[in-house]
Amino acid sequence: MKWLNHELHIKPVDTFIDPIRPVNRAIITHGHSDHARAGHNHVLATPQTIEIMKARYGPNCANHFQPLNYGQPLRFGGVEITLFPAGHILGSAQVCVEYKGQRAVVTGDYKIVADSSAQHFELVRCDLLVTEATFGLPVFQHPKPAEEITKLLTSLATNSDRPHVIGAYALGKSQRVIKLLREAGYEEPIYLHGAQEKLCEYYQSQGVYLGKLHKVSNNGEENFCGKVVIAPPSAIRDRWSRRFKNPLICRASGWMTVKQRAKQSGVELPLVISDHADWNELTQTIRETEAETVWVTHGREEAVVHWCQLSGLNAQPLYIQGREEEMSE
Amino acid sequence: MKRFAKLLENLLFTPSRNAKIIAMAEYFENAPDPDRGFALGAITRDLSLNNLKPTQLRTLTKSRVDPELFDMSYDYVGDMAETISLIWPKHTNHVLEKQRLPQLGELISALQTKSKIALQTYVTELLDCASVTERWAIIKMVTGGLRVGVSARLAKTSLAEYSGKDLTEIEKIWHGIAVPYTELFSWLDGLADRPCIAPDQIFHPLMLSNPIDAQHDFDCLNPMDYEAEWKWDGIRVQLLLNTLVTTETAGENHDKQAKTRVFSRSGDDISSAFPDITETSHGHAVLDGELLIGCPTFSEPMSRFGILDLPKIKYEPKPFNYLQQRLNRKAANKKHLRDLPAFVRVYDMLFEGKTDIRDQPLYERRNRLEIFLKRFNNPRLDFSESLSFSSWATLSHLRDQGADRFGYEGVMIKKRDSKYIPGRKKGHWFKWKRDPCILDTIMLYAQRGHGRRSSFYSDFTFGIWNNNEILPIGKAYSGFTDVELQQLDKWVRKNTINRFGPVREVQKTLVVELAFDSAHVSSRHKSGIALRFPRINRIRWDKPAKEADTLENVKALIR
Repeated sequence: MKWLNHELHIKPVDTFIDPIRPVNRAIITHGHSDHARAGHNHVLATPQTIEIMKARYGPNCANHFQPLNYGQPLRFGGVEITLFPAGHILGSAQVCVEYKGQRAVVTGDYKIVADSSAQHFELVRCDLLVTEATFGLPVFQHPKPAEEITKLLTSLATNSDRPHVIGAYALGKSQRVIKLLREAGYEEPIYLHGAQEKLCEYYQSQGVYLGKLHKVSNNGEENFCGKVVIAPPSAIRDRWSRRFKNPLICRASGWMTVKQRAKQSGVELPLVISDHADWNELTQTIRETEAETVWVTHGREEAVVHWCQLSGLNAQPLYIQGREEEMSE
Repeated sequence: MKRFAKLLENLLFTPSRNAKIIAMAEYFENAPDPDRGFALGAITRDLSLNNLKPTQLRTLTKSRVDPELFDMSYDYVGDMAETISLIWPKHTNHVLEKQRLPQLGELISALQTKSKIALQTYVTELLDCASVTERWAIIKMVTGGLRVGVSARLAKTSLAEYSGKDLTEIEKIWHGIAVPYTELFSWLDGLADRPCIAPDQIFHPLMLSNPIDAQHDFDCLNPMDYEAEWKWDGIRVQLLLNTLVTTETAGENHDKQAKTRVFSRSGDDISSAFPDITETSHGHAVLDGELLIGCPTFSEPMSRFGILDLPKIKYEPKPFNYLQQRLNRKAANKKHLRDLPAFVRVYDMLFEGKTDIRDQPLYERRNRLEIFLKRFNNPRLDFSESLSFSSWATLSHLRDQGADRFGYEGVMIKKRDSKYIPGRKKGHWFKWKRDPCILDTIMLYAQRGHGRRSSFYSDFTFGIWNNNEILPIGKAYSGFTDVELQQLDKWVRKNTINRFGPVREVQKTLVVELAFDSAHVSSRHKSGIALRFPRINRIRWDKPAKEADTLENVKALIR
């Protein structure tokens, strides 16, 4: 497509989608740091993504912010831009760009499975689909999140003498896990690492019910036995976690699918809870958008490209810089 | 099968040894026969299923998913059993879902009896109705090598745990029983007597020693109660001698069927690599000794116990690296047999003929051993003599002399009346290694540890001076107290100058005393030297890095 290149630059309006370096105009799909960076001049995003960016990088992390609600087309320079829910985290969006009768959709990170801490994914038909591929291998077939939460609840009951410390990314994953626990009827207070607090508060302010949350204080006397503690994985590996006696280390992530990898990262209770589409969702979405051309980025491009080609689609990998494999989601 | 799959998953993720023992004990207590026996065999790696090869499973899977996607997935996951269990397509046939998974015993008998073609259909159906974890467990078991972090020893410990039987008693019969261990479990459950095993046919677990704490232990040990021998630097072996043919009547009567077998300390049969021992040894006994490479010399003829000793070639042990050339080989070549003759320095006897003498005191066993060796005069077996000493001080002196003159590793101290007890029972046998060499080294790099040290910088690389540069000399992970570990961790965090992935480079200012058993020439290290068993002896917070040791100092320690 001549008006959209592999760097996701929309030429007619000189605007980039999720650029990795500061630019004049950027459209940001969601608040995770590998997509939302500080230092752009103009930022167009959903109101929630803008607020999350401000909360994480400071109110002046871009010169101008332009909020755009889901489903409201914005026309300028002959281009029509619409944001659609991506179901990844709160405020996450797919970017739909129309120019001269052609339509391209950039999914950003997305998932289809229901998640009450985020807006539900909406399918958009298009000519060109730029899809993520974090879990783009057929070995990734995520189980139902409720089943994984049941595992956690069972472990809490049988290992009531051990603190359950869950490694979860501060934005999105933490809130999702808490929400899932609440939906499963768990009403005990949940303990948070300091890094989790601000964003949990923000989610609550947006009407996502998370129940009673406490910060793990630095000199508290609690022993956390049989309690749920949520912290970034990096804190669990570091000194911060020394305060817990005989902790049961859990991790909520799609990567937990692979047992040996979970084992290697020192996880005792892996919870396969992912905010990304699994193989079946990825391939189903590609099919349902009816796109004839597919660009694959962010993950295991090769396998998805191969699948597209088997299905008679025109597909290419986009190796976008700065998007190497990361174990965090 | 479901229960076994759950157990395996549990064992994989549980880091705690005790929790693993409890999980297995629970399983063995509750699972039926023969399932639990097959499970036990899978864990101890004594179960071998040769009917279904990993390549067949791979081919089978590739017929169901795109082969290229399979290869990409395998490349990513890195484990065949996991890849297949995850990629196996979810079936749409709901009848299958309700189909019951076979019991472990049924599964194994099917695997052992079905024809190749029938097996394919069987396995396909099996994988269809299993969950991801069940598929993983099935494939792990079928292809061998579970890799769930459980040793055979730990599995046996869990048997002792659930049955209340003594681990030693289980170990004693272990090598004489086979999958699915029905008799074993009947005995463990208290329903039958202990299985009866022909003792001269199997490997018997070894009695092991503990390091002596020279500062405290000697005060409560009476030297009169102990014997001592040199600590030989070879590998521990058990010999099963199984012929009554003596050297006098050898020749035409020689029974070719009867064969001596050599087992390593873990119970691996290494006989085929040491024909110089198996083909020259006669008698009927189970012996415990050290396999060594020797330098032939002639011994003085002697007469003891009324049996005249013929003059014979005696072997003087050579350093370990000579033996190393003959290890891990299926067979010995002629050159090795000529240039690196092997012999066994025998120190104990477990069975004399068919008689179990393990409950006899050590001095009695060694008496019998000495008579046995005289009687058969086996050219490649000799007796590990007792050292004569009257006090711990004289033994200490002997130990120093042995180290200085002959490079001996140290001495073994054994209680005179000790029974032969499998395992590492405290208070019976001790090893007393020669004093370690000590070097002042400089800390160069640090890395986080594992397990309970996972958040601490506890794995260190140390260096020594070579003119004006510092050369890495070795790594050490142990030797410090918990308090020192915290101090070191703090120091590393404060003094980091560079990061390479998980590795931190630190200021070259901290001097640490490194203790090690010996130094050897090595082409693998930049310094040209490899240290044996390095550990931290002392942290020299006070010493300036300039005063650390030099390459010259280390070279002087090479033997």
